[in-house]
Amino acid sequence: MRKLYPFPGGVHPPEHKSESNGRPIAQAPLLPRYVVPLRQHIGNPAKPVVKVGDRVLKGQMIGQPDGYVSTAVHAPTSGRVVAVAPQPVPHPSGIADLAIAIEADGEDRAIEYQPLLDWRSMDPSTLRNRIRDLGLAGLGGAVFPSYIKLNPKAAARIPTLILNGAECEPWITCDDRLMRERPHDILRGIAVMQALLHAEEVLVGIEDNKPEAMAAMQAAAEHCGFPLEVVAVPTQYPAGGGKQLTYLLTGKETPSGALSTDIGVQVFNIGTAYSLYRAIEFGEPVISRVVTVTGHVAEPQNIEVRIGTPIADLIRLAGGELAGASGRLIGGPMMGFDLRDDAAPVTKSVNCVIVKNPILFPPPPPPMPCIRCGECARACPALLQPFELYWYAKARDFGKAQGYQLFDCIECGCCSYVCPSHIPLVDYFRYGKSEIWAREREMQAAEQARKRHEFHLFREEREKQEKADKLAAKAAERLKQGAAAPATADPEAERKKAILQAAIERAQKAKANIQPRNVDNVPPDVQHEIAEIEARRARLREAAHAQDEDKA
Amino acid sequence: MITAILIMAGGGLLLGAVLGWASVRYRVQEDPLVEKIDAILPQTQCGQCGFPGCKPYAEAIAKGEADINRCPPGGEDGVKRLAELLGVDPKPLDEGLEHKPKAVAVIDENLCIGCTLCIQACPVDAIVGAAKQMHVIIADQCTGCELCLPPCPVECIHMEVIREDISRWKWRYPVIPLHPVRQA
Ligand code: SF4
Ligand code: SF4
Ligand code: SF4
Ligand code: SF4
Repeated sequence: MRKLYPFPGGVHPPEHKSESNGRPIAQAPLLPRYVVPLRQHIGNPAKPVVKVGDRVLKGQMIGQPDGYVSTAVHAPTSGRVVAVAPQPVPHPSGIADLAIAIEADGEDRAIEYQPLLDWRSMDPSTLRNRIRDLGLAGLGGAVFPSYIKLNPKAAARIPTLILNGAECEPWITCDDRLMRERPHDILRGIAVMQALLHAEEVLVGIEDNKPEAMAAMQAAAEHCGFPLEVVAVPTQYPAGGGKQLTYLLTGKETPSGALSTDIGVQVFNIGTAYSLYRAIEFGEPVISRVVTVTGHVAEPQNIEVRIGTPIADLIRLAGGELAGASGRLIGGPMMGFDLRDDAAPVTKSVNCVIVKNPILFPPPPPPMPCIRCGECARACPALLQPFELYWYAKARDFGKAQGYQLFDCIECGCCSYVCPSHIPLVDYFRYGKSEIWAREREMQAAEQARKRHEFHLFREEREKQEKADKLAAKAAERLKQGAAAPATADPEAERKKAILQAAIERAQKAKANIQPRNVDNVPPDVQHEIAEIEARRARLREAAHAQDEDKA
Repeated sequence: MITAILIMAGGGLLLGAVLGWASVRYRVQEDPLVEKIDAILPQTQCGQCGFPGCKPYAEAIAKGEADINRCPPGGEDGVKRLAELLGVDPKPLDEGLEHKPKAVAVIDENLCIGCTLCIQACPVDAIVGAAKQMHVIIADQCTGCELCLPPCPVECIHMEVIREDISRWKWRYPVIPLHPVRQA
């Protein structure tokens, strides 16, 4: 038995797993229309490489990775591109985002897939680029591009590889079913991860409320050819949080602001391992995933659907909503969000759709003032003080909130769950975080503007100087050429100017040479008087000058 | 007894001397106030505050010649942060000034005659183009100051409010959700 390190805090909400985990994974039929968003992963959205009217084949890349933190998206079936435009997507904002709509032609013809069976002998960076172009991203919900995480050079040595099969959120059972039904395939995917990262230890963490999945994985692990341990972890939300599972299995704490790779651990989701297997074995891009459809539907179950399947169709495949449905949740009840428009499609990050009804999901009671009972702090797996964070986020005092480690909050929702005053604490933390990010962006933009403005002023000054210098140089040249015969393009004006200039110069020279003659030999008292008069005149001149300047 | 007192006194003097020397030797150059104020101002360079740019306004605030509530693009938030920095009470924006949603300037390419007047007006060089050519505004660099609007002889520049998209979207301040009663 492996020694486990229980993480602090956590809660144990009703599991609601049995609704959907009894049926095998169903295969969705081909649908007439799919909508593939270009922003399905963390990082830069993919760049569309098809246009309206194009014919595409199943598995064809329709959006290419844009930059380092990005990955590709692919056509889920063969057909015609009917729109490349903002369309509804599963996002808490309900804002439309750029997506490619494809009308299926019914033939479901695929491009020729290129399996990567010789991956062991492939150049690692070529292999990783292939993985990027096949669109692999973490299917647990974070959708971080997998090829980056599979780069052993990017981080330090990674002796420990953890596979996250905890599936700690209530209602969700897609990883459970996948582990029960396809353990060998998952292990093949894990084998690739292990080899790429040179991991010495591979741990699969599964919550102990999934004995069938445990057994299936254990049986498969017996002949997988590398050291792998399937570990049952206590059912305690959020055991499936990356930091929590890492601590649970290894006792290693991820420091604030650090990544798990900094402590020599890499965590992947079970579903990601499965899609990596599909990519290696068949050269198939990520064009489908298993989604749990549960809650207030006729037949709660897991369905393997193509990416881009409208959620309305998905719900219909699960027998449709029952009477009295009151909304839809994407993800679980702890961390999920309300779906605004069921035309939005399934993306790589959608692992679960829950149809709500007022009995299972009663509207939250109105929040009451915080009584500082400390329940939230006891439940927080990140060892934060949610009531302090709440206080400062509510007062929009983001500096203080950051001082209380707002960014260590994993938004697990434990604090909101236990709060006797029903305060939607996480909502405040999400609000605070996005305000801080926005402020950061604004500061950067302001810094840019400041620099550009400074350069603008500098440029203006320089241009002025250059103009003045040029004029001066011209005038000097003209003088040299002589006042009588100026040979410039605009002779008349220039000649007059030069003559004038010459006259002034002559006068000035004359003035400098001329000495008043009748003051050479004067008695001292007269000399004194003259000096006084001169001084007075100078004073007057100065005053007049100052007045002139004031007026100007 | 006397030796003890002398030792203590001597020690005190010595430490005092060391401290005094250190305070002179390692004096921290205090960050000039102007820069701290300027760092809060949004750098729009619009001149709505009555100064020819953010820096001059910052200088005026530092000298006590201008109030902290004259920058509309900074808005209430900006006033609050200035108040915090200067240790005074925040106040609403000065009369006649209002905070507008952030916008960028857009040139109507059909009308632009390429006179370059807008280029000269833009304080952050966000407009590119040459004489007698269509001019373009680089949206990422435009601060929305509107200074390019008046000089344009054919009035072909207008402001467009930046629409919220997913990458810019912010979680809202939590409010108690109202649940519409379903019609049966
Ligand atoms: S659980 Fe709720 S009431 Fe108790 S301290 Fe936390 S926020 Fe306040
Ligand atoms: S949501 Fe954040 S503050 Fe609340 S319990 Fe989870 S980690 Fe702690
Ligand atoms: S383009 Fe116009 S509105 Fe934008 S920064 Fe330049 S002058 Fe201001
Ligand atoms: S001022 Fe108006 S017409 Fe002149 S270049 Fe700018 S946009 Fe074109």
